Amino acid sequence: MQTEMINEEIEATSAPIEITGGDAVMRALVAEGVDTIFGYPGGAIMPIYDALYDYRDQLEHILVRHEQGGIHAGQGYARTSGRTGVVFATSGPGATNLVTGLADAMIDSTPLVCITGQVFAHLLGTDAFQETDVINITTPVTKWNYQVTDANEIPEALAKAFYIANSGRPGPVLIDITKNAQLQKFSYAGYKPCNHIRSYRPKPVVRKEFTAAAAEMINKAERPLVIFGQGVILGRAENEFKAFIEKSGMPAAWTILGLSALSTDHPLNVGMLGMHGNYGPNVLTNECDVLIAVGMRFDDRVTGRLDRYAKQAKVIHLDIDPSEIDKNVKADVPVWGDCKETLPMITALLEKKDHSSWVNKFSECMEKEKEAVINNELHPSTDILTMGEVIEQLNLLTNGDAVIVTDVGQHQMVACRYAKFNQSKSNVTSGGLGTMGFALPAAIGAKYGAKDRTVVAVIGDGGVQMTIQELGTIMQNNINVKILILNNRFLGMVRQWQDLFHEKRYSFVDIASPDYVTVAKGYNIEGNSIEERKDLVGALETMLKHDGPYLLEVFVGKENNVFPMVPQGCGVGEIRLK
Amino acid sequence: MKQEYTLTIYTENQVGLLNRIAIMFSRRKINIESMNTSPSEIEGIHRFNILINETEDVVRKIVRQIEKQVDVLKAYFNTNDTIIWQELALYKVPTAIIAEKVKVERLLRTYGARVVAIRSDYTIFETTGQREETDTLLKVLGEYGLIEFVRSARIAIIKDSKGFHEKLKEFELAEPTQHIIDEPISAAEAASKVV
Repeated sequence: MQTEMINEEIEATSAPIEITGGDAVMRALVAEGVDTIFGYPGGAIMPIYDALYDYRDQLEHILVRHEQGGIHAGQGYARTSGRTGVVFATSGPGATNLVTGLADAMIDSTPLVCITGQVFAHLLGTDAFQETDVINITTPVTKWNYQVTDANEIPEALAKAFYIANSGRPGPVLIDITKNAQLQKFSYAGYKPCNHIRSYRPKPVVRKEFTAAAAEMINKAERPLVIFGQGVILGRAENEFKAFIEKSGMPAAWTILGLSALSTDHPLNVGMLGMHGNYGPNVLTNECDVLIAVGMRFDDRVTGRLDRYAKQAKVIHLDIDPSEIDKNVKADVPVWGDCKETLPMITALLEKKDHSSWVNKFSECMEKEKEAVINNELHPSTDILTMGEVIEQLNLLTNGDAVIVTDVGQHQMVACRYAKFNQSKSNVTSGGLGTMGFALPAAIGAKYGAKDRTVVAVIGDGGVQMTIQELGTIMQNNINVKILILNNRFLGMVRQWQDLFHEKRYSFVDIASPDYVTVAKGYNIEGNSIEERKDLVGALETMLKHDGPYLLEVFVGKENNVFPMVPQGCGVGEIRLK
Repeated sequence: MKQEYTLTIYTENQVGLLNRIAIMFSRRKINIESMNTSPSEIEGIHRFNILINETEDVVRKIVRQIEKQVDVLKAYFNTNDTIIWQELALYKVPTAIIAEKVKVERLLRTYGARVVAIRSDYTIFETTGQREETDTLLKVLGEYGLIEFVRSARIAIIKDSKGFHEKLKEFELAEPTQHIIDEPISAAEAASKVV
């Protein structure tokens, strides 16, 4: 209340007031509409935490158990809410613990503002206690970073940080604030949000000749294939995208981060691209005549060998980041710009088309894949549970309305392949960086970003042990996340590669697990562990119905492999069904 | 084909930006042949010249990545035929040897060198020019007991550039015109891409 009065006073009089740097940080966060912070205090960020004490009614701070957990939670929050995740950490080890999350957010274009404490400015470069060169350590993994040594800089630095993080192609920003600046009293004249930086252009100017050329090319196409990525979600262009593919009836396949931008049961949604994607989208990439890439970056896990990738096709590439155009795959028509703007421009020029015989080819491929892979995965003939059937049962119980957070590995590929999604921003996973340990903390943030939704973290027995300490965060805040551990008693994906490419030389993939139910119990979290099919539906129901966090461990087949698979170094046409 | 490319980068004057730009090269294991930072024609705006030996494809991609950096206004890349470039070299030679063995005037005239300091024990020459010119004098003076040699980074002016004054005005607009948002490929290339 007191701070609101102060804010009103500023607006009324515009007279500068004396406040501390720490207080200025809080005012910036409030002005930016931040409601949740994930963080961990320490010596060099104490004045900021001291200021936070007076803002507890406006800013909900979640005390995590490790800074990596904090930043992954910030990522989860950003991914389900579309807003900027905010993370606090102290200097030195606090800041270095953010690095994995920064790299993950950088490669997956997740908007974050991370605020780190730093030693007093006069101690910079003296190897002071908990001093580390955070700015230089984080430069390659931040969209922008900046060190503040004077409180007067705080409002503007934070305004720029929020603007940069969540405009254009989003990304993580780190602001490092020395302790003296946090403590310093200065004359504060209010907070001005930033909406322009002369050296930074978030969006390239849309050129009509290219949107027109794209439309013309699509109108002439006989076998167009649309491949879409997270750009559709980040651009909030789900409706524009749907209208675009529907107008001329084009099949659309997704990258792992594009998943959920288009409802999984949409008749034109033909499935997942890439290494463990569906059979049709992969082989037919090499049969389409026009390939239309929307907000995706032709990652090597999507393209396989580039010299065998869509060589027959003309390529149209829509992206907000000009440096993505021609980076991996040459575009015949480059459509620079925000797809929220460019898609409707193209759609307006599209002719209604019937590509049903082309779309049917995807169905035929799907039949082939069902026979070879999917039927066995979803309805296995043995007693041993598969990851796929667990996800399938989860789909039936959640009707595709849940947020599903996945970690990295076999369970991730299976979950993304088989999970159903009705709405956007529902799939949270570490795509580009492949960060094991991502899911549990990301699920915490995902829940804060989408408080009314069911959040299920699907995690392997390897990944969960990397950040299992965040059970403490879940316990302390009674965060209603459902933790579904698919335990195959192996580091499954590495084991699969050792099986396929290293003559089954299982080198250090045999990982032991604790009794997860007992561990959960220690954190006062309810749990269950099952290994029989007859218990599966009931156990999932109990998990979903439970009021509060719940851990369910499901033992699945030890040596199941994820197929289809495009082996590394092969073209997408060489996808293997077994 | 690898060849020399000179990058010209207009940036804000920001601590840490040098590192942010340098790591774009080291990440790709590209050696920077020379790098110079200086003021530009506009107060407050810095100008980097970076010389690398690479293929056009690699250079084009790296220039886009550089231009993407928040504090970078604009990045250009040029082959040697489209720029005027110079390097500065300093040579320290024992004065005694020079006095005895070298016809100083001839040296100065042939290589366009200037004497910048004469002490009883050493003399410092300076030349500006292109690599072959400074290299030739280096070789010549090597025979006369060269004590020290240093050469600066390449600095370059783009022949058909109109400078940055007009561009900056547009950068300062909230909604820059298309004209100023130079496409990441040249206009001619872009046009050829329209089907």
